[in-house]
Amino acid sequence: MRQDMITEKNAEGPMLELRSLAKTFTKPVGVAGHIANLFGAKVRKIEVRAVAGIDLAVGKGEVVGIVGESGCGKSTVARMVAGISGITAGSISYRGVPTSTMTAEQRRDFSLSVQMIFQDPFASLNPRMRVIDIIGEAPVAHGLISKSDQRAYVIDLMEKVGLSGAYVNRYPHQFSGGQRQRIGIARALAVKPSLIICDEAVAALDVSIQAQVLNLFMDLRDDLDLTYLFISHNLGVVEHISDRVVIMYLGRVVEIAPTVELFSSPNHPYTRLLLEQLPVLEAGERDYKPIQGELPSPLDPPSGCPFHPRCPSAMDRCKRDVPELRAIGAGRLSACHLNEAA
Amino acid sequence: MDVTTMKAMTAAECQPLLSIKGLKTHFETRAGIVKAVDGVDIELGRGEILGLVGESGSGKSITGFSILGLIDPPGRIADGSITYDGRDLVSMGEEDRRQLRGNDIAMIFQDPSMTLNPVLRIDTQMIETVQAHANVSTAEARQRARDALVQVGIPSPDERLKTYPYELSGGMRQRVAIAIALINSPKLIIADEPTTALDVSIQGQIIHEVKKLCRKTGTALIWITHDLAVVAGLADRIAVMYAGRIVETGKTADLIERPLHPYTKGLIDSVPSHSTRGRRLHQIKGITPSLLNLPQGCAFRERCEKATKECLVAPKPTLLAGRLVRCWNPAL
Ligand SMILES: Nc1ncnc2c1ncn2[C@@H]1O[C@H](COP(=O)(O)OP(=O)(O)OP(=O)(O)O)[C@@H](O)[C@H]1O
Ligand SMILES: Nc1ncnc2c1ncn2[C@@H]1O[C@H](COP(=O)(O)OP(=O)(O)OP(=O)(O)O)[C@@H](O)[C@H]1O
Ligand code: SF4
Ligand SMILES: [Mg+2]
Ligand SMILES: [Mg+2]
Repeated sequence: MRQDMITEKNAEGPMLELRSLAKTFTKPVGVAGHIANLFGAKVRKIEVRAVAGIDLAVGKGEVVGIVGESGCGKSTVARMVAGISGITAGSISYRGVPTSTMTAEQRRDFSLSVQMIFQDPFASLNPRMRVIDIIGEAPVAHGLISKSDQRAYVIDLMEKVGLSGAYVNRYPHQFSGGQRQRIGIARALAVKPSLIICDEAVAALDVSIQAQVLNLFMDLRDDLDLTYLFISHNLGVVEHISDRVVIMYLGRVVEIAPTVELFSSPNHPYTRLLLEQLPVLEAGERDYKPIQGELPSPLDPPSGCPFHPRCPSAMDRCKRDVPELRAIGAGRLSACHLNEAA
Repeated sequence: MDVTTMKAMTAAECQPLLSIKGLKTHFETRAGIVKAVDGVDIELGRGEILGLVGESGSGKSITGFSILGLIDPPGRIADGSITYDGRDLVSMGEEDRRQLRGNDIAMIFQDPSMTLNPVLRIDTQMIETVQAHANVSTAEARQRARDALVQVGIPSPDERLKTYPYELSGGMRQRVAIAIALINSPKLIIADEPTTALDVSIQGQIIHEVKKLCRKTGTALIWITHDLAVVAGLADRIAVMYAGRIVETGKTADLIERPLHPYTKGLIDSVPSHSTRGRRLHQIKGITPSLLNLPQGCAFRERCEKATKECLVAPKPTLLAGRLVRCWNPAL
């Protein structure tokens, strides 16, 4: 059913499309470095290849989960899509229009319809603003509600995310960590967006409030056809909420699959490794294995397949050639040389 | 070593490292008094790992701040005692307290920016932490800093030492904050949601390292989290907090396998997983009450499926099957 819906929706063109999207952070050599180089030192500029070319199409009403190790580039992708961070290469299109060719009006519409819930609930709220303004300022400014309705509107949103309306006049520092995260969620929902990027949006919430927020997200999807990019390290949450899952590794997409298939028959060796570690609610001494071998770094990415140093099935060519993300079945993509050998 | 000193030593060792009794931390706001912590008892032995779990806003962080003496007005410790290694922390002067925070007790803050200074490089901050504690050369301190980054699974540690906090991903910042807390092997670590943004493999790595440290150096640990799955594999005991009080405490395995308090049971039932896909998640009914306006009697009463008329009177902690429970109708 869901599967049909996606294809049907994609027929009218994806809502969001990323093409070879890339981001490299460069740290210049600096004056001291240049002088040192004159004396024969080899100070090079530092390059962090945070995102190394990503292709992804997201249909209207779809929930796409993004999973990957800490530092693999998830937030960087999110920030580029939300227009907070510039792009180094590639393109982002929203409803068929590349952001680079948008008119001023299209851009305004884009920045209102795409909202991001930030990973760090502490840094993303203005400490000198009261909650009523943090949540209620933008919808009034954009004429979505009138000033006289602001208070009731904000209280209603706060209660939807499990915050007491009695706290409406408080400042951010008067809230707990999870409460601040929910202020961020309410702020994103307040401007009635069509695409929401959730960057670890429920990470600081206990399971009961997390359930309330996830149920709210799903209701909004059903009622208003909202689309979500859902970044989370919590595989249980991702499995619960997503239609499709994107697995990232060191700045690249290594696998995309419908959720059920991804969890029942993972293809990429990295995905398999991830799923082996699914946490369970079980007491007792667990055998936490320390990470084996050198961890890969975007400062010095391995040649060939970025996963080869940790891959149990790595072959010779994995050290040389970067595997392309290829179709391996209906709606399934994977970037692994094993699929070609077979 | 003669017999008398040995005896003296065991006596000191039997005494809990940290003992909190009847702690109340309140905030005076224009809207009324917020009783963020309202009668908390915690006992922690040397080398013991306690998981402090509970709903968002239930007072976990404020409990941690109270131990460290980090409550600013209009907040104050209204009642209760906190004893660390035989010393009373509530009445202790600011200078002694700062000493203790530098040497004995370390906190990993939920907000990494409370540990990390945004305008200083990571190496500067870490070397400073090491040298404030131990008289070692800068080169030695840098080496220790590097080792600590490896411990928490940060790749390219030499390059990462030279970066500023904003150049790191969210999870890396969290890990640097953890590394700074571990670096001087303190006697007590209070870790407030230290791994919320970390994936399973790195979480596993950190739990492995933290456990190793606790077992090796006898460091005691309070691990504050909302994630039961994480503490289940880490903690010796778990304490569950609701609306400023601890409602259930017990050995990890007992508590997870057979929760006695209706709130603990609700928490365990809400964990999303495999079997919940596409369905609505179990949600504890109702919303968290405002701390300004708690229901009379048991604070969980209005959301509880087992509530009876006894619950109009606040239940006292009762010892039941080796556990302390605050409930008139525990699941037994
Ligand atoms: N402003 C910046 N300057 C330099 N490097 C940066 C900057 N922002 C991010 N990076 C680097 O880009 C890489 C990807 O970071 P990103 O924040 O996207 O990771 P992430 O997948 O969101 O990780 P996490 O799960 O830990 O939040 C990291 O190596 C990080 O150090
Ligand atoms: N400065 C303050 N003024 C008024 N109320 C406050 C203040 N600081 C915290 N509170 C309230 O105290 C309660 C306990 O906060 P605390 O930060 O301890 O929660 P927590 O259990 O750590 O939650 P989370 O899991 O969301 O971090 C919250 O309801 C919060 O709103
Ligand atoms: S005391 Fe009553 S209301 Fe409170 S948890 Fe127990 S049964 Fe429920
Ligand atoms: Mg991130
Ligand atoms: Mg907290």
